[in-house]
Amino acid sequence: MNAWLKVCALEDIPQLGSRVVQREGQSDVAIFRTSEDTVFALEDKCPHKGGALSQGIVCGNKVACPLHNWNIALETGCAIAPDEGSTKTWPVKIEDGFVLLALPVAAHA
Amino acid sequence: MNKNNKMRLVCIGNGMAGMRALEELLKIAPDLYDITVFGAEPHPNYNRILLSPVLAGEQTLKEIVLNDLGWYQSNNITLHLGKKITAIDRVKRVVRAEDGTVAEYDRLLLATGSNPILLPIPGMKLPGVLTYRDIADTEGMIAASSQYKNAVVIGGGLLGLEAANGLKLRGMNVTVIHLADWLMERQLDRTASQLLQASLEKKGLQFRLSAQTEELVAGESGRVAAVRLKGGETIAAELVVVAVGIRPNTELAEKAGLHCSRGVVVSDTMQTYDPRIYAVGECANHRGIAYGLVAPLFDMAKVCANHLALYGIGRYTGSLTSTKLKVTGIDLFSAGNFLGDDGSEDITLSDPIGGVYKRLVIKDDKLIGSVLYGDTVDGAYYFKLLREGRKVSDIRDKLMFGESNLGDAGHQGQNKAAAMSDDMEVCGCNGVCKGTIVKAIKEKGLFTLDDVRKQTKASSSCGSCTGLVEQILMFTAGGDYSASPKVKPICGCTDHTHAEVRQAIRDHELLTIPAVMKFLEWRTPNGCASCRPAINYYLLSTWPHRAKDDPQSRYINERAHANIQKDSTYSVIPRMWGGVTTADELRRIANVVDKYKIPTVKVTGGQRIDLLGVKKEDLPAVWRDLDMPSGHAYAKALRTVKTCVGSEWCRFGVQDSTKMGQDLERGLWRMYAPHKVKLAVSGCPRNCAESGIKDVGVIGVDSGWEIYVAGNGGIKTEVAQFLVKVKTAGEVMEYSSAFLQLYREEGWYLERTVHYINRVGLDYVKQRILDDEANRKALYERLQFALKDEPDPWADRVAGADRAQFEPIKPVAATAGVTA
Ligand code: SRM
Ligand SMILES: Cc1cc2nc3c(=O)[nH]c(=O)nc-3n(C[C@H](O)[C@H](O)[C@H](O)COP(=O)(O)OP(=O)(O)OC[C@H]3O[C@@H](n4cnc5c(N)ncnc54)[C@H](O)[C@@H]3O)c2cc1C
Ligand code: SF4
Ligand code: FES
Repeated sequence: MNAWLKVCALEDIPQLGSRVVQREGQSDVAIFRTSEDTVFALEDKCPHKGGALSQGIVCGNKVACPLHNWNIALETGCAIAPDEGSTKTWPVKIEDGFVLLALPVAAHA
Repeated sequence: MNKNNKMRLVCIGNGMAGMRALEELLKIAPDLYDITVFGAEPHPNYNRILLSPVLAGEQTLKEIVLNDLGWYQSNNITLHLGKKITAIDRVKRVVRAEDGTVAEYDRLLLATGSNPILLPIPGMKLPGVLTYRDIADTEGMIAASSQYKNAVVIGGGLLGLEAANGLKLRGMNVTVIHLADWLMERQLDRTASQLLQASLEKKGLQFRLSAQTEELVAGESGRVAAVRLKGGETIAAELVVVAVGIRPNTELAEKAGLHCSRGVVVSDTMQTYDPRIYAVGECANHRGIAYGLVAPLFDMAKVCANHLALYGIGRYTGSLTSTKLKVTGIDLFSAGNFLGDDGSEDITLSDPIGGVYKRLVIKDDKLIGSVLYGDTVDGAYYFKLLREGRKVSDIRDKLMFGESNLGDAGHQGQNKAAAMSDDMEVCGCNGVCKGTIVKAIKEKGLFTLDDVRKQTKASSSCGSCTGLVEQILMFTAGGDYSASPKVKPICGCTDHTHAEVRQAIRDHELLTIPAVMKFLEWRTPNGCASCRPAINYYLLSTWPHRAKDDPQSRYINERAHANIQKDSTYSVIPRMWGGVTTADELRRIANVVDKYKIPTVKVTGGQRIDLLGVKKEDLPAVWRDLDMPSGHAYAKALRTVKTCVGSEWCRFGVQDSTKMGQDLERGLWRMYAPHKVKLAVSGCPRNCAESGIKDVGVIGVDSGWEIYVAGNGGIKTEVAQFLVKVKTAGEVMEYSSAFLQLYREEGWYLERTVHYINRVGLDYVKQRILDDEANRKALYERLQFALKDEPDPWADRVAGADRAQFEPIKPVAATAGVTA
């Protein structure tokens, strides 16, 4: 089961930027904010060689990985063709100006 | 409009140009049209130029299909195969096929290609007489070769020779009859042509030059049996292939009343005289030229698609073409005006025994044409010089020996792609082997260097293997398609060039990235990882202290002020002025290494110390404890000023190079630029600081200082060029600053000084800096102004600026609500 976790205020993430959520003993989650103020949550790990996607450049609904410039679709976590592969995504939403992220509860019990 | 409110686009001709235009259109406006395609041939779109390898038995018909039937289906294209359009009704806007099928259109695309020219002689209609244009012709030749012995090919041009070679390989006796007195006279000079003829004769082909065919003679069966030449000679032939030229296929257009004159006449937007009707490919006549090669049609297709998509940007302004003969084992390349004219000069290299001949034609200090035979490695390089119209005076003495002799290191030096085996590595950066590239070209139907870069990553990093990749493209896809337009847009988000973007920013006082994108009608909402950093730099360098930096448009290294590593940790390289340090600094570095458990400490190639493997959240504290300025090793900015010990200690030193280097570094640090900038100062001509391969290199001599510019020690080693000799340290500062400011204002993003100077010429730089004192001083002043108050980014962040990016968010207690 997933629980909504309060991450930060929307303002704490720059437009076309990201923040990293650290989880005890588990991989980091990158939260992205687009120019339209949509937010996305992806595992902070490029499907290519594990680059930190949070450190990439965000354009439209894509992020360009900082290591070798693969483009990853924020909505699906899938690499844009011709590259292949995908990274995990989690539901995320904005409520009252705060970013809420749905993560499995067990991990935070 | 149709029922679902889409416009209707009909394309006549299912060949290379028409389908390329549709591909381009679908890329940018996939849902704008209901598309219908009519093709007279019963096949899906295939790569016509690979018919020759098919005839030669090197490829199969299946392999040369470009878009299979599934492609039409998945793009909702209604395809009518084997249906020839016989009429266009421009009033009712409907086309009609031979079998009565009709289709209405809002826009019509003519891509009917050309027809082979027939000879006005008796016997042309006999069975066994073929032209060479399509799959049916090729299959006809293959069938004949298994039944008959003797073939005659009329026409010793590109097509004729490829046909002759294929038929010979299929076991026939082949004679080529040619009207002119040397083969391929439209592409080759006499010397190259004679070498070609000799190698083809070695393969067993026979030739009759300056020969005119008078009649094709029928045998008893009614099939062609011989060819009779003027003068009486008769040559036995049960197969005759006529390849004497092509003529744009304009029959349909003429009947519809469209203006034609050796092709359907089109404007720069690929529109015919009826603005609803476009034409692309060999059927079109653009500015008086009907092209007979593939490269131009890629450019045409792009422009045409853009206008069909209602973007209305881009004009086709013509193409330069080059030729390559697709006969395995024969290397031949020609481009431009290879015969020369009044006022042109030749550089030639001729080795008849080794079978190598090269001719470069130069006029007004530019390469205008080239013929290569036997060694065509540098074809793409010469073609590039030709297209760019680059002045060649500075490289003239080495020009003949090709690009690799202009100083190539850092690469294993393979120069013959054809000789490489499939498992040999082509791209050392991305580990791409030849086989992978060939496979991608074949399977995905790639044509351009850009396509190959995208699909395979080869040549997409440092670029030193570009020539090899171009060669592989040439012989796999069968031609040089990389004839990109002379003006290159910044990236796929726009058609504007670097120069145009800069100009607009200056002329219209644009101060933000969104303003630039709006003003220049960017196609994407917020650009991409290529254009945003470029625009950000142009804004900052054009409007210092006015335009605001946008960290989100900087590559991570410049955003984090450290270099990202493969494991997403960072490296920290503090500045050590002129490579000089102190016990105190070294002690602080040692303490930081212990305290933050930094795994690697390395002395860099730039005379300073690199701390590798720092966690991002530790960066501000590491900077604080180091208490040293940023080395900008992560930035497109001033990196290092390398120095040697100089006159203070060295027994040969004539100038205090260490002090000079430190002064330069203190004067120029925090200077952002189109690319990284490195300096060096040596205390005497022994040049221990390697000033000869730096963006600005200074060498102390007894009477003063020599300044060299535009050296490069990286991917391609380039020796710096002498700019000027000056007397005082102050002058070194002024001249170096002026040069760097000129580069900052005029260089394109990611263009290093050497590439900048290659583009504008050293003479121009001398003019602006040496001859024009007022301008030099003004440049110097502008750089001072830009650097004034530019902060040390590390100190800023230690003081708390921009803290959020370094602070990961820890999971927070769950709020109300549970999701499924
Ligand atoms: C650390 C260092 C290697 C070392 O351990 O010695 C180094 C490391 C890198 N170099 Fe370098 N270069 C280093 C000196 C050089 C030198 C020698 C020099 O500066 O005297 C050169 C050749 C000189 C030149 O630039 O003309 C050099 C030519 C390159 C190039 C090719 C540039 C070119 O125009 O051809 C690249 C690629 C690029 O910049 O696109 C590059 C790129 C890189 C990058 C930034 C690759 C990357 O994007 O991650 C490496 C960063 C590693 C890091 O995180 O620290 N590095 N690199 C050197 C740092 C010097 C310093 O103190 O700042
Ligand atoms: C054997 C051979 C080798 C070649 N080698 C090279 C090379 O090495 N390098 C190079 O650059 N170029 C080469 N070319 C030239 C290149 O193939 C052409 O430039 C290119 O195919 C032109 O494309 P297109 O779409 O204009 O015409 P095409 O590819 O000919 O397509 C036109 C299509 O329209 C169809 N059509 C015509 N009229 C109608 C109608 N009324 N209704 C329906 N359909 C119609 C035709 O059947 C044809 O399929 C070669 C050509 C041949 C034949
Ligand atoms: S430090 Fe330079 S040469 Fe060494 S691997 Fe990195 S980019 Fe290549
Ligand atoms: S790790 Fe992301 S592109 Fe290579």
